[in-house]
Amino acid sequence: MAMQAIAFYVLATITIGSGLAVVSVKNPVHSVLFLILTFFSAAGLFLLLGAEFLAMLLVVVYVGAVAVLFLFVVMMLDVDFGALKQGFARYAPVGAVVASILAFEMILVATAVATGGAAAGPREPMSALDGYSNTETIGRVLYTDYVYFFQAAGMVLLVAMIGAIVLTLRHKPGVRRQVIADQVARTPESGMRTVQIKPGEGTGE
Amino acid sequence: MTIGLSHYLAVAAILFTIGVFGIFVNRKNVIVILMSIELILLAVNINLVAFSAYLHDVVGQLFAMFVLTVAAAEAAVGLAILVTFFRNRGGIAVDDAAVMKG
Repeated sequence: MAMQAIAFYVLATITIGSGLAVVSVKNPVHSVLFLILTFFSAAGLFLLLGAEFLAMLLVVVYVGAVAVLFLFVVMMLDVDFGALKQGFARYAPVGAVVASILAFEMILVATAVATGGAAAGPREPMSALDGYSNTETIGRVLYTDYVYFFQAAGMVLLVAMIGAIVLTLRHKPGVRRQVIADQVARTPESGMRTVQIKPGEGTGE
Repeated sequence: MTIGLSHYLAVAAILFTIGVFGIFVNRKNVIVILMSIELILLAVNINLVAFSAYLHDVVGQLFAMFVLTVAAAEAAVGLAILVTFFRNRGGIAVDDAAVMKG
């Protein structure tokens, strides 16, 4: 139990610290790297809660895909990030006050709900149910009761993929592309002409 | 020293607040705003998973998975819009986006 507490506090500290670094460091590349660290430690917290499947999903989807996407875009765009950092000192005090009040209120409500309110349930996190692993449990619910939601999630990803392709695809002017329809529609009349050449004059071209 | 539900909720609340703070202070930089939104969604996910684990109901984890899906889709479309915006304007300052206003 003590080991779990140590693990929780270490992971929680790293999660919050790197989360703070994401929004406060100057270089966006460092921001993305801290974002990766945040998600990785959050995956550790999920493991402590017994949600192994979601922890692995977080590592695969975020560290493997989304963070790399962010890194790619940050490095691809040639932006002067120093100019974008202006206003940090101006908004930081008010932002900090509002944010700390927000955090205080949320922790107050969360503690009240968790200790004596609606969510005062069992003291221990869920362990593997009846010999089923966490992944198996999720699969049993996901593919039966929530199969339509699963399909809808697939549609969301499809629409996002098509949307991203449509938004970023661009046709440069001056690039000669193969147009199959034009090639098929070619006739001898449009592709060839006959010229009567008088002797000794050439075509004149 | 037992770690209870309220500990996880506190971590999630602080992470959520950091995300909101990030939107406040970096309001010129779209990339950091997108990352702040990711932080906020991560905080929501921690909340969902913590409640799911302590209330012994796996549906919370399922919902966290759907949130993850939507967050990934949002990041992809958001970054695509960002790339298009950069191509058109030559910069990513949020203030430039006001030209879209009618």
